[in-house]
Amino acid sequence: MRAFTYERASSIEAAAKAAASNPEAKFIAGGTNLLDLMKLEIETPTHLIDINSLGLDKIEPTSEGGLRIGALVRNTDLAAHERVRRDYGLVSRALLAGASGQLRNKATTAGNLLQRTRCPYFYDTNQPCNKRQPGSGCSAIGGFSRQHAITGTSEACIATHASDMAVAMRALDAVIETVKADGSRRSVPIADFHRLPGDTPEIETVLERGEFISAVVLPPPIGGRQIYRKVRDRASYAFALVSIGAVIQLDGTGRISVGGVAHKPWRIEQADAELPQGARATASILLADAHTTEQNRFKVDLVERTLGAIIAEARG
Amino acid sequence: MQGSIQLEISRRVLLISSAATIAVNGVVTRDAAAQAAGSQMNNTEVSFVVNAESRKLNVDNRTTLLDALREHLHLTGTKKGCDHGQCGACTVMVDGRRINSCLTLVVMHEGDEITTIEGLGQPGNLHPMQAAFIKHDGFQCGYCTPGQICSSVAMLEEIKANIPSHVTENLTAETKTTPTEIRERMSGNICRCGAYSNIVDAIAEVAGTKA
Repeated sequence: MRAFTYERASSIEAAAKAAASNPEAKFIAGGTNLLDLMKLEIETPTHLIDINSLGLDKIEPTSEGGLRIGALVRNTDLAAHERVRRDYGLVSRALLAGASGQLRNKATTAGNLLQRTRCPYFYDTNQPCNKRQPGSGCSAIGGFSRQHAITGTSEACIATHASDMAVAMRALDAVIETVKADGSRRSVPIADFHRLPGDTPEIETVLERGEFISAVVLPPPIGGRQIYRKVRDRASYAFALVSIGAVIQLDGTGRISVGGVAHKPWRIEQADAELPQGARATASILLADAHTTEQNRFKVDLVERTLGAIIAEARG
Repeated sequence: MQGSIQLEISRRVLLISSAATIAVNGVVTRDAAAQAAGSQMNNTEVSFVVNAESRKLNVDNRTTLLDALREHLHLTGTKKGCDHGQCGACTVMVDGRRINSCLTLVVMHEGDEITTIEGLGQPGNLHPMQAAFIKHDGFQCGYCTPGQICSSVAMLEEIKANIPSHVTENLTAETKTTPTEIRERMSGNICRCGAYSNIVDAIAEVAGTKA
């Protein structure tokens, strides 16, 4: 790990300012992803701003009837929160399908959204990777690509976003609240938060330098059967090959978001409209622009079949 | 494993010998002097409680909680397995919650209460979970065992606090301690020897349930 200086932030504004004035600074909260990447020198901040004592660990009702989740709420606490379990079961289910008990005790809501890809070539510093080293090339294209994205990819990158929670948040249309270095605030719908790789796969979100996530807001509950299904190589503690977060209403309408297939949680509203017509009709719109390799072609069928299982379970 | 231990030793010998070279020659390059000055800024003081004892350290910011426990406080019961949060051998409890001590900086633990395997029980005064692991032969080489025990003690508290898991059927009902729950909740602790079934037996006995 490279040496760095360290400070404990006293306010959100001070933290955002400190980060904006130093391009090599990073916020640290749970640290479960950042420190892992720092050990491998994939992330090499020269300054860390510890934001753990800013009091952002609360879950509060909003005046609209939704929930405001502080950026620093740990995954365990979010999954176990009474109202989340009752009204946003999809969020609990997605969180509990990810990582391990130890990691969920440390990992935060904002950190979960900002986690980096688990593409093995991103992690292997001996191989070219446009995300790690812009312009160096993509080793996954033409490499072992079984786990990689099948839609929304580019010539520069076929990495996936690893989060389970973000898939649920996308299905529920969560909104991300931020504070910029100049103190101004904005709200970004999760649909617009993560970027597709294009020719700048190193830029993963719309956050500006120093911009700080203060909370994630869930809109008022929409009811329905909330089902998260994750297909992976092990029964527990593994990243998704394909995962689907679904909210299915009694009349068969609903919305779905898919993980493990793209650089961001993958949701197409026109595909949602096909849900009453069944898994095939829905999946064919979701993955209309799929661009697969020999090794990850199976994900197209897997999405359709996982969706079929969800629809059957919802009817059950 | 043997190979990596030898590598570690030879690296240490190398570091010691290069320090000796500087001492003998009495020459410190400008780079080395700058590095020494910089390292002051790269240190932070931190106070916390480990196994009911107050501790104060001034450490390089890079020091993980795991390295602080082992290398600075000489509490070597906590093990370094993968050092990347994948194996669970380094599991300790911070303010009662289990975490991977390899994926957190010690300077982030100002004022925290840390419990390691040494704090759970000692020879002659074993924690019930330690006794159960021995009774049920819940290990072979023993390297993952401190992590397994710290994890399982905290895990049973999580069930008591009604924290759900991936296999919990009803999110709004009370969480139960079943072998399926134990297996799922312990998936962050890898045992290369494969003592899993005996580990589940040991935990189930402490939890007062049937495996």
